[in-house]
Amino acid sequence: MVKSKKPYAKKSPEKSPNSKIFQNSRPRIKAEELIKYYEKMLLIRRFEEKAGQLYGMGLIGGFCHLYIGQEAVVVGMKAAANKIDTVITSYRDHGHMLAYDMDPNGVMAELTGRSDGYSKGKGGSMHMFSREKNFYGGHGIVGAQIPLGTGLAFMHKYNDDGGVCHAYCGDGAINQGQVYESFNMASLWKLPVIYVIENNRYGMGTSIERASAVVDLAERGKSFDIPGEQVNGMDVVEVRTAGEKASKWCRAGKGPYIIEMKTYRYRGHSMSDPAKYRSKEEVSKVRQETDPIDTLRDQILVAGFANEVELKEIDRQVKISVTAAAEFAQQSPEPDIAELYTDITA
Amino acid sequence: MVIQVLMPALSPTMTEGTIAKWLKPEGSLINSGDILCEIETDKATMEVESVDEGKLGKILIPEGTEGVAVNTPIALIVEKNEEMITSDEATTVSGSIKNLAIQATPQKAPEETRNLQPKDSPPTGSTKQLTVRESLRDAMAEEMRRDESIFLIGEEVAQYQGAYKVSQGLLEEFSEHRVIDTPITEQGFTGLAVGAAFGGLKPIVEFMTFNFAMQAIDQIINSAAKTLYMSGGQMGAPIVFRGANGAAARVAAQHSQCFAAWYAQIPGLKVVAPWSGEDAKGLLKAAIRDPNPVIFLENEILYNQTFNVPDDPEFTIDIGPAKIERSGSDVTIVAFSICVGYALEAAEKLASEGIEAEVINLRTLRPLDSSTIINSVKKTNRLVTVEEGWPTCGIGSEIATRIMEEAFDFLDAAVKRVTGEDVPMPYAANLEALALPNAEKIIAAAKTVCYAD
Repeated sequence: MVKSKKPYAKKSPEKSPNSKIFQNSRPRIKAEELIKYYEKMLLIRRFEEKAGQLYGMGLIGGFCHLYIGQEAVVVGMKAAANKIDTVITSYRDHGHMLAYDMDPNGVMAELTGRSDGYSKGKGGSMHMFSREKNFYGGHGIVGAQIPLGTGLAFMHKYNDDGGVCHAYCGDGAINQGQVYESFNMASLWKLPVIYVIENNRYGMGTSIERASAVVDLAERGKSFDIPGEQVNGMDVVEVRTAGEKASKWCRAGKGPYIIEMKTYRYRGHSMSDPAKYRSKEEVSKVRQETDPIDTLRDQILVAGFANEVELKEIDRQVKISVTAAAEFAQQSPEPDIAELYTDITA
Repeated sequence: MVIQVLMPALSPTMTEGTIAKWLKPEGSLINSGDILCEIETDKATMEVESVDEGKLGKILIPEGTEGVAVNTPIALIVEKNEEMITSDEATTVSGSIKNLAIQATPQKAPEETRNLQPKDSPPTGSTKQLTVRESLRDAMAEEMRRDESIFLIGEEVAQYQGAYKVSQGLLEEFSEHRVIDTPITEQGFTGLAVGAAFGGLKPIVEFMTFNFAMQAIDQIINSAAKTLYMSGGQMGAPIVFRGANGAAARVAAQHSQCFAAWYAQIPGLKVVAPWSGEDAKGLLKAAIRDPNPVIFLENEILYNQTFNVPDDPEFTIDIGPAKIERSGSDVTIVAFSICVGYALEAAEKLASEGIEAEVINLRTLRPLDSSTIINSVKKTNRLVTVEEGWPTCGIGSEIATRIMEEAFDFLDAAVKRVTGEDVPMPYAANLEALALPNAEKIIAAAKTVCYAD
């Protein structure tokens, strides 16, 4: 198995006088980039908290799977993406949409089932898309997004456009047969796809130890000759480094790449899950010791990229935009009843 | 003792073949297992092995002979010390197949439907005689020439030229970039093709048969059919799923079933079931051009039937409208796919007994052309539906319901359904024949609704 030890190839520092460089034996990342990641991760967290709140108020219905705790994964991977790249994921998808620059207003309005939602209110939490942002869903059937993402990679190769698909799945989906059917074809045809396995340790209520004969998920591509790497998914910089390495591999025409992100979800599987399959202590230990936002915050402060006051201001701005999204999502009208019969066939 | 070597059936639907080459000359000694000759069909070349010992007494059909019907005696084997013979005094059957390419079961092939041409609205412009197989291939080739985003993907579609030889020649013309052999991995390659369609390509997915599409049905329904709606119209899947549907011949329950009703129930899909070569070509071209997922249900037994097919590369048939293949005033018979042939055969026989049947070829099952059926029923006041699929919740059930809802007052008799029997398909030849619709069953149903039985 390939482990990420070496930092990504060092680049010469930017010439801009405002650019501070975060070093400390880690990849050189510009201050404004780290601060941007912080802002994005915080946006996801506050957005999800707000979604949980609206769910409790009955404004969001059905299934609603929150991403809290896993924010570093999508933000780090997005940082490694090019504009042409495509992304697809499962039903725990709000964080992905925000990370890949979809509008929080449109996402929240979809959660409340309103006409200004990304799917005009017809998709809901698990089924949202944005052609503009190359975001291909949002899929509710566990594992189904992996062949679909492999198909997006096929499209990149067919069109020879230099793009890479980021296909996300969880540690639960990784035991679906179609995942391995996809691995086989992707490797056979050298398709540019990064399989990002978000291992948050539980597939719904079943721990990975109870579900997987082999828990080292980065190894799952071995039979298909796909390199795999285990990454600390609670650290956005490590995620970005791994994402860049994987992208480089894919863009060089070497085929697919697997990254197992070791991460954790703080909330239940969905809103209705009391999460009795794990202890409160386990959750609070992760929160206290490895929270991705706290980790990044510390890094920023230690490097002197920003001070407490500046970070507080970011928090304030994020809260404002989340509150605005919630307001927007409640003000937006329900879809016109004529929408019942639109978009069935093109 | 003289043993007859018979022309073997090398596939479930083979009815004739070509003796390509005799590998043993007359008079040579034969041990069991020796290869006697090579036989070519439209799908493959096979070697015929002897199961008996003796001497090749006489070659009855010389090499190069085309169109040799299954079960025709092709050679005689005599005892090693016997003289050569000239008469046809042979007694028993010999010959087994060493299969070079596909699994073959020597057996008697079923009688094919007669090639009945439509009585009305013949294709306009110049036409040529093509098999349904060639019509499908031509449709794909013409569309692939027109649009580079179209590609064909499936098991054995490229190097093997198609398990049923539908994609013959496409690899050569379009290269492995656009004609793609997959591993045996239906759910995987179906999902992959749907993903590619989301990304803007236009895949044609060939299922060797629709039986295997059950492995992939989640991707067809949950991913391909629903995404346009779930995305608020942002992205759909311009994709064709095609392949053989319905009963082949003597392949039993897991390989013989009609999925028409299954797919016809799903909003977001279009479902097409061609009968003739014209249907096959015109509808497949329309399906490929359609921006929606289209289920294209072919029939293995029809692949080899020949029809007049328009030449014009711009010829297409709209998805949706049904076609009146034969007009009549006494009873309406609605059918699709292979059953259109049975219905026309039934109509000819009924005509000889003074009953004029109107035969409607549905062509498209979703959206279903209710108005053509209703208008016909308003004229004939009697309706028989025909399908290979099972009766419960079938296409016939749906048509009967719509007629009851929208043309109840025009009916002079209860609608009668002719369907496949409500059983898994049996293997035994006699039971299989009982399980399927045929012209006799349609005639009986037509007489019932006409109170003529």
